[in-house]
Amino acid sequence: MAQKATIVVQSGDMDKLYSSLIIANGALAMGMEVWMFFTFWGLQRLKKGGLEKGPLSKMHMLGFGKWMVKNRMKKANVASLERMFADFKELGGKIIACDMTMDIMGIKPEDLREDWVDECGGVGAYINQAQNSDLTLFI
Amino acid sequence: MAEIKVVVRGEVCPVPLVETRKAVRRAQPGDIIEIVGTHPSSKREIPMAVEALDLELLSVEGTDTDWVIRIRR
Repeated sequence: MAQKATIVVQSGDMDKLYSSLIIANGALAMGMEVWMFFTFWGLQRLKKGGLEKGPLSKMHMLGFGKWMVKNRMKKANVASLERMFADFKELGGKIIACDMTMDIMGIKPEDLREDWVDECGGVGAYINQAQNSDLTLFI
Repeated sequence: MAEIKVVVRGEVCPVPLVETRKAVRRAQPGDIIEIVGTHPSSKREIPMAVEALDLELLSVEGTDTDWVIRIRR
C-alpha cells in the first residue's frame, strides 16, 4: 500500500497555502496518497472566488507586501494556486472540508469549490486518515 | 513501446516532479519517459521519485541548469 500524507490546512495565508500545496503535490509526485483537511481560515480559500484572497502571513503591509511577493513569484515562474490545485486533483489528491467551520461561518457546501472538495467531515474524518499516515502536518 | 517527452524548461518546484508523475501515470509499463528541464533541485529529486515509484532510471545527462532525464516505467 502506498505511503500516506495528511495535511491540516488551518491557515488561510497565501504563503502557507503555497507551502501546503507544494508539499502535497511533491508527496503525490513521489507516489504517496495525500489527504488535505481544510479548516477555519484555510477553508475560506476553498470558497468560490476565495482562492487568491489570502494575506501574506508576515509583512502583508495592507497588501503591498503580498503584491511584492506575488511579483517576485511571477518572475521566478512559480505556478499559480489554481494550477497547483488542478495538479493536486489530477494526481488523485483528496480534500476534506471541515463541517464545523462551515457551521460557524455559515458556509454551505455549494459555496465551496465542488470540483475540489471530496467530502465534508469533522475531526473523525481527519483522524481516520491521519492514524495510518506516514506524514502528518498542521499548517 | 512509446516514448513520452516532458519539457519543463523554466519550470520550478514542484512542477517538474508533478509533470513527471503525470507522464508516468499516462505511460504503459515499458514506455520510456524523457524529461527535459532547467531547475537544479529537480535534477536530483526526479531520480528520488523514480526510486520511490519503483521505476527504472535509464540516464541523467547535462548540467544542473540544463538536463535530460530518461526513465522507464
